[in-house]
Amino acid sequence: MTTLPAQTDKSLGLVIDLDVCVGCHACVVNCKEWNTGGYGAPLSDQNPYGADPVGSWLNRIHTFEVDASQGGGCSGSEAQILADGKDTRVVHFPKSCLHCEDAPCVTVCPTGASYKRSEDGIVLVNEDWCIGCGLCAWSCPYGAREMDAAEGVMKKCTLCVDRIYNENLPEEDREPACVRTCPANARHFGDFSDPNSNVSVMVAERGGMDLMPEQGTKPVNKYLPPRPKTSPVQSAPSDLVALAEPEAKGFLGWLDAALEKMG
Amino acid sequence: MHPASSIIVFTTFSGMGFGLIAMLGLGAAPSDGTAGFVTCALAFILTSVGLASSTFHLGHPERAWRALSQWRSSWLSREGALAAVTLGLFAIYAVLWIFADDRVAPIGVLLTVLSIVTVYATAMIYGSLKTVPRWQTGLTPLCYLLFAAAGGALLAAALSSLLGAFSETAVLTALGLMVVAWVAKFVWWGRADRTTLGSNGSSPETATGLGHIGKVRLLEAPHSSPNYLMKEMVYRVGRKHARKLRLLAVALGGAVPVLGLLAAIALDGGAFFLVVAVLSHLIGMLAERWLFFAEAEHSVSLYYGHR
Amino acid sequence: MSLFEREPVETSPKVSDEVRKTTCYMCACRCGINVHLRDNKVRYIEGNRDHPVNKGVLCAKGSAGIMQHYSPARLRKPLKRVGPRGKGEFQEIEWDEALGLATSWLKDIRESDPKRLAFFTGRDQSQSLTGFWAQAYGTPNYAAHGGFCSVNMAAAGIYTMGGAFWEFGQPDWERSKMFMIFGVAEDHDSNPIKMGLSRLKERGAKIVGVNPVRTGYNAIADEWVGITPGTDGLFILALIHELLRAGKVDLDYLIRYTNAPWLVIRDPDANDHGLFARNEDGEALVWDRASNSCVSHKQSGVKPSLKGEVTLPDGRKAVPSFELLAEKYLDGAYAPDAVTEQTGVPAAQIKRLAAELARTAFEEEIVIEQPWTDMKGERHEQMIGRPVAFHAMRGISAHSNGFQTCRSLHLLQILLGSIECPGGFRFKPPYPKPMEAHPKPHAEYAANSPLPGPHLGYPRGPEDLAINEDGSCKRIDKAFSWDAPMSVHGMMHMVISNAYAGDPYPVDVLFMYMANMSWNSSMNSRGVMEMLEAKDDNGEYVIPKIIYSDAYSSEMVAYADLVLPDTTYLERHDCISLLDRPICEPDAAADSIRWPVVEPDRDVRGFQSVMIDLGARLGLPGFVNEDGSAKFSDYADYIVNHERKPGIGPLSGWRGENADEAGRGKPNPDQLKRYIENGGFWIEHIPAEAQYFKHANAGYQDWAVGMGFYDAPQPVIFQLYLEPLRKFQLTAEGKADQKPPEHLKARIRDCFDPLPIWYAPFEGEQIDEAEYPLHAITQRPAAMYHSWGSQNAWLRQIHGTNPMYVPGEVCDAQGLEDGDWAWVISHHGRIKVPVMRMDAVNAKTLWTWNAIGKRGGAWGLSSDAPEAKKGFLLNHLIHELLPAKGDGMRWSNSDPITGQAAWYDLRVRVEKAEPGDELSEPRVEAQKGPAQPGPSELRYGKEWTK
Repeated sequence: MTTLPAQTDKSLGLVIDLDVCVGCHACVVNCKEWNTGGYGAPLSDQNPYGADPVGSWLNRIHTFEVDASQGGGCSGSEAQILADGKDTRVVHFPKSCLHCEDAPCVTVCPTGASYKRSEDGIVLVNEDWCIGCGLCAWSCPYGAREMDAAEGVMKKCTLCVDRIYNENLPEEDREPACVRTCPANARHFGDFSDPNSNVSVMVAERGGMDLMPEQGTKPVNKYLPPRPKTSPVQSAPSDLVALAEPEAKGFLGWLDAALEKMG
Repeated sequence: MHPASSIIVFTTFSGMGFGLIAMLGLGAAPSDGTAGFVTCALAFILTSVGLASSTFHLGHPERAWRALSQWRSSWLSREGALAAVTLGLFAIYAVLWIFADDRVAPIGVLLTVLSIVTVYATAMIYGSLKTVPRWQTGLTPLCYLLFAAAGGALLAAALSSLLGAFSETAVLTALGLMVVAWVAKFVWWGRADRTTLGSNGSSPETATGLGHIGKVRLLEAPHSSPNYLMKEMVYRVGRKHARKLRLLAVALGGAVPVLGLLAAIALDGGAFFLVVAVLSHLIGMLAERWLFFAEAEHSVSLYYGHR
Repeated sequence: MSLFEREPVETSPKVSDEVRKTTCYMCACRCGINVHLRDNKVRYIEGNRDHPVNKGVLCAKGSAGIMQHYSPARLRKPLKRVGPRGKGEFQEIEWDEALGLATSWLKDIRESDPKRLAFFTGRDQSQSLTGFWAQAYGTPNYAAHGGFCSVNMAAAGIYTMGGAFWEFGQPDWERSKMFMIFGVAEDHDSNPIKMGLSRLKERGAKIVGVNPVRTGYNAIADEWVGITPGTDGLFILALIHELLRAGKVDLDYLIRYTNAPWLVIRDPDANDHGLFARNEDGEALVWDRASNSCVSHKQSGVKPSLKGEVTLPDGRKAVPSFELLAEKYLDGAYAPDAVTEQTGVPAAQIKRLAAELARTAFEEEIVIEQPWTDMKGERHEQMIGRPVAFHAMRGISAHSNGFQTCRSLHLLQILLGSIECPGGFRFKPPYPKPMEAHPKPHAEYAANSPLPGPHLGYPRGPEDLAINEDGSCKRIDKAFSWDAPMSVHGMMHMVISNAYAGDPYPVDVLFMYMANMSWNSSMNSRGVMEMLEAKDDNGEYVIPKIIYSDAYSSEMVAYADLVLPDTTYLERHDCISLLDRPICEPDAAADSIRWPVVEPDRDVRGFQSVMIDLGARLGLPGFVNEDGSAKFSDYADYIVNHERKPGIGPLSGWRGENADEAGRGKPNPDQLKRYIENGGFWIEHIPAEAQYFKHANAGYQDWAVGMGFYDAPQPVIFQLYLEPLRKFQLTAEGKADQKPPEHLKARIRDCFDPLPIWYAPFEGEQIDEAEYPLHAITQRPAAMYHSWGSQNAWLRQIHGTNPMYVPGEVCDAQGLEDGDWAWVISHHGRIKVPVMRMDAVNAKTLWTWNAIGKRGGAWGLSSDAPEAKKGFLLNHLIHELLPAKGDGMRWSNSDPITGQAAWYDLRVRVEKAEPGDELSEPRVEAQKGPAQPGPSELRYGKEWTK
């Protein structure tokens, strides 16, 4: 049934650290590479060598500019920046299925192909049942679902359900392909239902956030916000003013004294 | 949203078809077997064309039967199931009517109710989507229902007239519904024009969680060519283009039918004008539905540079 | 099972039949990869967790290896040109014919005039072999792509401290507390940098990004310095000004490890004015404060002075070089307030950054309780670290002031005492290696003879230039000439234009490998195409014969007369050798191999095997036995059995009869097998006491000799004051035997300052500022490698077009909006481009992604591919020569010291274009192949899904 489980045994998902993601697309391509030969139908590509190539991808990176001088309830050092004018940031933003607790894509599915697993909370599509109506993609605010143009079924992130429990892989590799490959260690996999898990601790410490909480989807995946930046025109804190003119007779005088001190 | 022709045809034709069934259930059209055959056949054709069209956009139409299973949570499933039940019952009603000359009134009333619920379910496929703020309003099912009713009544009036049983009541019913439907649609449009992606609180800032830093703007999309999401949900229609189409929809879908209906009253018959009114209404409704989809903004657009 | 009962998900599906471990080649990073094979097809490629370079991770390019390996752009068979050059019309021929043809062309030249072969390789990872081949052949004309890539960085590093960044060394990611990164391309060496940045962040270290564009690494930096292109040197010298002013330099370090105390002769009329005072053994002198006398810097127990004029034994005056240094940078011209306008960096930011560097270096020092012994025999109980680290690449080096800018950065590092200390910058074996341990350049050619030494080397002074008595150039690229005396990587970007002009002489055969010279690897791409197509009065091509080897149907293939098809990286043998560009880590020596994990399904051969075959056919020394038979059957055979010197071969691991020797040892026939068993690489860790201060660490030097990096210890004394530059300056002052051409004298005098200086980039100086007020640069997308990525069905979906990012200020002034098209105009040309607004960028700098634009029909793409319709190259705006300045000369658009192509000096203006066809310009007629576009749909992996 496409009703959602009242509760799941585990709540597996990802933490994505926007403070270290450099937008390199490693997770994007490795995901495609693993999954095109993995769970369900291949991730096809149309017009791969022609005009307007397009394919199915389960994970994508957007790049945003954030104008810190416009809006934003900034605090502390951030507020300083605003006073000084232009400060535009760039944030690289990976996005895949958030495996929502209240996944609208599951409840709108007319066939029961979309479901949320009661054991670990992963939202999956049973492709044998999928009629390819596309309504689940319409219901998802995040753009986490893609209709495969060749196969006519809905594709989405499976959290590498065919890796994380796979006994044919060494234990250390039993994590999603995107997490394993990320060079910047910006992606972390774990169980959010365990308050002591790596992901839960990170979310607690770094203020992990939900995307579009107002949509009421209760995403499992969490994003760690970028840490505050130093403004170009921020002046040195007082403990740095030690960099003052050497006493005595200028630099060469100082040099004499310093060499004397060294013996 | 991408205005897929299959879905436009589906909602337009099935809406008119179920509208007609609802009218027939209330006793519209002459009750002889021939009239039964003609009207029921047309109702079946309209609903079937609509429903068949809806399967054209499926990746796997051969599995469409599965869509009947999830009526407990899915409006799409409900729509399918209700349509199936309604048409099944309508088949019985039609057989009795055509072959036994017996329009069983309780079945008729039940059919009217079922048709209303079916069209409501169709509308709620869209109206329930939080991701499309323009659609997510009680006005959406109201418009769908009123247009279905107006279309059905118009068709019923035209058929009656063609079958030589011109009914001023039918014409006046159609006229009333038509006017009310368009009034509702104008209210819907009015709301739609005030509704943005931000209406339910979403913005690029909430979509990215970066609002605490500042204003968010897309710098580079994930792919340099449009992808599925962009083609399906980030469809943009030009404002000028939309205004023209609205005019066309109102003219063909509302004004011409109203004039046709008035002409029919004036001429005390005028099947020709009613047929023109029906055809015009159908074309106008296709335009209205095209706009319904094409103008709708989906929250995923927030990730693709729209506010 | 009921129709509505869900089958359980198969959570343990079979992954692959076999995993083969080799080395990636989707960029030059050389990560270890596990190639999963299923049904003899590549199922999945992932990073090798044990590998020293990438430790398990893999980037977008590496992950897209499947699409590269099966790319429709792969060449399938040797090709002979049948149509006119540039059209891409070919006839397939057999290898015998191809090799016979190449041999006959090359044999004639070798027997008559070997310089008429110009052999240049591009992004070659086998320069040890190709250089050896060219040396055996005897042409003076060989180099790889360093000259148009990042030679300034390499040369400045070697001359100054015995190594630079990337292959030479890296930040101490595990200990550094403040890290500054300047102008680093994100397409290669990217995994180590990304891993390193992440480690820094985990430890709360501060990252400062210095780059006109705030994407990628700069986006995640804790602080961004949005510098104006070409002014990094000025910014760095302002930091140095601040540090000197405050006395925040590591004097003990400078005395021990640098030439700061060395005495510089002050005798303005003498021919050695400005050179170091030396004793009869040639050892530089210092002033000993203890004995008040001049002694050799090598003497132990001295207390060298850093200031004050002294009298030399010959009665002349001299000062420690440090005094000259201090005087120079304390000058007000380098004060933060004085450089703000030019650099675009607020003075407050410069001052604060200097203060932060000083605080981190001197107040947060790191102490490792690890005794070690220096080269003077002094034992140190601890390793003291100054935890500030720096990294830089092409952004600061691809300017006409790049060499001095790179030197400035090294000067900053050294003044802070942060080279080879914990938390600072660490060399990777076999570096550091001082200039003296590198060869000098060789260009003395003769018919039928090998060159007496390697082509490329480090000139010590004007006596090492590759010029004839009459001043004419020995090399076709004019490397090691007065134009670019220290062009230590050659000047590949000048080869085609010089050969076309017959200046210094014409060539018969142009032989190139993996270098897309007719497109994105040249300045003035269209001009280069025209030169390649040009015919003389007799209707013959001006460049008579072109042999080109590539694995793919690139733009350059279309210009070849003979195409030798290479394999993909999964089908070949290769060695990532310590003789070449090694993959060592700061705490270990390492090398690795590629081996055919998949067999080619086409009639192609690895380029290196082909070179070995050609070497044998030509009878080149080193490639034939005494009886004239081929010495090696193929590259694999060469890798195992070639010895550069006895016991030293391409691979360092598992040498010797018992496969138990590292570095030195007899060839081991099972060596490749041992590499394969070990995951494709070999690694040998440096002992704990030898891990830092390698330049002066006796333990390290002994270990390095044992490993065969050199035969005697090669400690490095950091050259803050660079004497070879002064020697060139003396020629311009008329105080040397060698005389530079008159027109170059001023430039040599001004630019060859022995202390790092900043001067304005040449192009900017010669254009009218009002006419070309803006800069235009490229950035490398992390998910593409040069031109290679566009043939890749997955990567080209990410970057199939490239907008021109225009600063918001410029957009507002010009009325430009996203989606508009604009003309970008330089002194040389104009291009029409799609516009995208950007605010997080230096306000005077436009930028775009590198090498996305493609010629129609190239790379196995359809001619209506977006890369050809909307994509564009900045190259069309850049000329290999500077704008004329009315002196009758056309000056090279490159660094006057190293000849590095000054890509990033480009100056432009932007004008809104009328709405039109939305096609980028200039348009170049499509080539016809040779490869044809692939299928219209891919379902890769279909057979493995149910």
